[in-house]
Amino acid sequence: MQTDRIAEPWGTRTPYGPGEAWPTRVDTHLADGVAPEDVDRWVQSATILHSNGDGLDIAVKDGEIVGVRGREVDRVNHGRLGPKDLFGWQANKSPDRLTKPLIRRNGKLVETDWDTAMDAVVNRTKELLDEQGPSAISFYTTGQLFLEEYYTMGLIAHGGIGTNHVDGNTRLCTATAAAALKESFGCDGQPGSYTDIDHADVIALYGHNMAETQTVLWTRVLDRLAGPNPPKVICVDPRMTPVAREATIHLAPRPGTNVMLMNALLHEIIANGWVDSDYVQAHAVGFAELEKRVADYPPEVAAEVCDVPAEQIREAARVLGQAERLLSTVLQGFYQSHQASAAAVQVNNVNIIRGMLGKPGCGVLQMNGQPTAENTRECGADGDLPAFRNWSNDEHVKDLAKVWNLDPMQIPHWSPPTHAMQMFRYAEEGSIRFMWVQATNPAVSLPELGRIREILAQERLFLVVQDIFLSETAQLADVVLPAATWGEKTGTFTNVDRTVHLSEKAVEPPGEARPDLDIFIDFSRRMGLQDKDGQPLVKWDDPEGAFEGWKDCTRGRPCDYTGLSYEKLRGGSGIQWPCNAENPDGTERIYVDGQFWAAPDYCESYGRDLVTGAPLSPVEYKALNPTGKAVLKAVEYLPPHEIVSQEFPFQLITGRTLYHFHTRTKTARAPQLQKAAPEVWVELSASDAADRGFTEGDLLEISTPRGRVEARLRISGIRPGVAFLPFHYGYWDSPSGHEPGGKRGRAANELTLTDWDPVSKQPIFKTAAAAVRRLSKGKGSPSLAPTTTGSRPVTADVPPTTGGPAAAVTEQMAATGGVK
Amino acid sequence: MKLGLAIGELHRSENHLAGALLAMSDRHKADHEIFYVARDIARWSQDHVQALAAIGRDYDVELDAQPEGDPSLLASLRQKASDAVGRRPEPGLLLLADLRHVYREASGVSLDWELLAQAAQGAKQEELLALAQRCHPETLRQVGWANAMLKVEATQVLVS
Repeated sequence: MQTDRIAEPWGTRTPYGPGEAWPTRVDTHLADGVAPEDVDRWVQSATILHSNGDGLDIAVKDGEIVGVRGREVDRVNHGRLGPKDLFGWQANKSPDRLTKPLIRRNGKLVETDWDTAMDAVVNRTKELLDEQGPSAISFYTTGQLFLEEYYTMGLIAHGGIGTNHVDGNTRLCTATAAAALKESFGCDGQPGSYTDIDHADVIALYGHNMAETQTVLWTRVLDRLAGPNPPKVICVDPRMTPVAREATIHLAPRPGTNVMLMNALLHEIIANGWVDSDYVQAHAVGFAELEKRVADYPPEVAAEVCDVPAEQIREAARVLGQAERLLSTVLQGFYQSHQASAAAVQVNNVNIIRGMLGKPGCGVLQMNGQPTAENTRECGADGDLPAFRNWSNDEHVKDLAKVWNLDPMQIPHWSPPTHAMQMFRYAEEGSIRFMWVQATNPAVSLPELGRIREILAQERLFLVVQDIFLSETAQLADVVLPAATWGEKTGTFTNVDRTVHLSEKAVEPPGEARPDLDIFIDFSRRMGLQDKDGQPLVKWDDPEGAFEGWKDCTRGRPCDYTGLSYEKLRGGSGIQWPCNAENPDGTERIYVDGQFWAAPDYCESYGRDLVTGAPLSPVEYKALNPTGKAVLKAVEYLPPHEIVSQEFPFQLITGRTLYHFHTRTKTARAPQLQKAAPEVWVELSASDAADRGFTEGDLLEISTPRGRVEARLRISGIRPGVAFLPFHYGYWDSPSGHEPGGKRGRAANELTLTDWDPVSKQPIFKTAAAAVRRLSKGKGSPSLAPTTTGSRPVTADVPPTTGGPAAAVTEQMAATGGVK
Repeated sequence: MKLGLAIGELHRSENHLAGALLAMSDRHKADHEIFYVARDIARWSQDHVQALAAIGRDYDVELDAQPEGDPSLLASLRQKASDAVGRRPEPGLLLLADLRHVYREASGVSLDWELLAQAAQGAKQEELLALAQRCHPETLRQVGWANAMLKVEATQVLVS
């Protein structure tokens, strides 16, 4: 059957019951006029415009990508695809792809050849190494390259250049996921599996609009909800999202009060005796401290601070406390808000004290935002050491030095790795003088854009940008390196639930664009980077060689890839790590029977103070957790750093929409997606709009002490007192290029404040104080925000979002249903 | 018994530590983590000041329960100045000096709490002992934070 998948983003229901297999449904979308039998070949890959990691095949005809089809055999999606996957591939062949390197001459970027561009990069690196040393050099990467590329880049930066300044834009999306897992379990690595949705009787989503961020995973939930014995759903979100609309209980706390709410939920669970005491006794430390801390947080106190009825908090705690199979998931509503890690850790605490880990239906998914963010973290491209080695454990550093054949002194480990926000600070004060930005767009995605543009535009900063389009950031670069993207290169990547997929090259990259891996290896060779025996530091020339090198690096570590190979990943489903001799088919659930990776000599991290962020010393950790149990960490609630005032009466939160990814560099170049959400909007509640006499479609100015944005008003189901702006919209497709054209911009990050979580160092995008005023009346024409999602209007007369014939997708259901 | 004297001394040193944290925060507004976290944890000292003033009455010491404020005009001047020099490298060295100062102040306060706890135990003053047991861990976290931030900042400042 054919479905308009812009109008119906989650497609047709295939209901199933608890413990049953999720029925397959194969989604296919091909370019206009191409029939399945016209396709020359189908090339195996997985999805890249979100973090879900759905298996798909790329359709190739006459050397071009002409569509995609979900892989029925894949454990993640059982054939389904989301709207961004179905339509986003069209961006690959945009006429404005970068096809030649660019270099700045007399203030302007001009085309050049690879030798000239790479020599400019290498010469500046060498000059700065001579003049200042590695502290001048920084790498700011992404969550969108492949594993092989991160590992190679991390090796070059850490082992070759010897700099501590390596991070990814994963700092903005999953840093708190990693931090929360390290705090509770001593190590990164997802305790849950997507299959927990098949078994759970309660699914709790904390600040996680799964319906828009992981559409296929939400489809799985919708199919459970449509089947027999559906799970109860708890949603914590200040907006009336699609998740909130399906929720058994929807808690909409004031932004910035998540820790208060979590402490009250824990208070109720403990006070009512819903704790699995045997599990806690055997497998966790810190319960007494937690019990003492949350005693001060009865629902009445939280009701006041969070502005959520105490009875609702009690009811939610009762559902959590009486769940038999509890799956908890967390995303940006917690990660990008005040006390991010502290709040995410309290979600882990709920599952630990309820003994809900390592069993079907019992898990925690601390979600990622980007397709390959897990690899940024694993490979050390976010600054951590590869394969979850502990930078403050000398034995781990020595072991890594052995894998890399380097002196341990060459690998920086004197202090925690420099996080992205600190790198931009060092660039601001002038001690970082070289920044290599890869596949990310800080000139739109970082907070307080006025400041970020000033930093990037400095004469004294040598800025290299490696990308597929001339993004806002690329426009400020000294050298631009044109890269190949998904479908034009081979590599592997790993999703949230540890599933590794192979993504094969389907077509040639345009012009002179090169795979990111080739660019890194070229840089290393031109730099003459060597190991301690004078051999080339990077010992591979192709993706498969890099993958084999990575396997060596993971041997015996939690993310063990030694049982995987390209050959094994071809043909079937993705495979979950750890995959090794003991688990040749991968591992569906970790932390079975309360066995953790938290032993002091094995763990990735000794943890941090949840308020100050100060790292614990090895001695402190050994005293706290000598035998490697789960750690229950308690924390006090702190008021947000920017609070509303008479002048700035709204709390501003930024976020995303189902139809776009990041700064729209790909999704705005896919016509169906761009048409579904063509321009920025601002959401206010009906009562706030009525108080000010605003109506749907009015043009508003939203301002903070940092800047001003204009956007049309969507009156939505958001909680009163809160304004929402999507962060996707920048300037690359506007006349002004990389910055606002007039005194008001359209990028939400003109307004956000520079502040970050002291534990995960993730910037805070969801707690700023803002003012709102009307610039002009809408005269009856509504905002163009999607009607299918969290931005659904509450007023009548807004035409529904549809995609028409161009958005038609074939959905092929399995012959048999879920009941077998 | 000289417990009152020890309480008075702690009251003074906690007040001083809160002031040092707030002043450092103002001086380094362009170093955002320093700016915000120093303010967050200055609250602990201010809370200790109040608690010490309350318990001081049992030992016949008159102490001001109101933490010494940082005059807001001065604070805002400092913040403006620190914003203005935020793009120059010199504040890095100043930051090291400030962190070192906070580290030493907080360590002194920590020692004072230890002495007070011992004395409270010796004199079987349960309420006072409980207060020390509640407050002292927070002081240690202040020490730990200053130490950690020093380690993070020092390398870049000194090698660049």
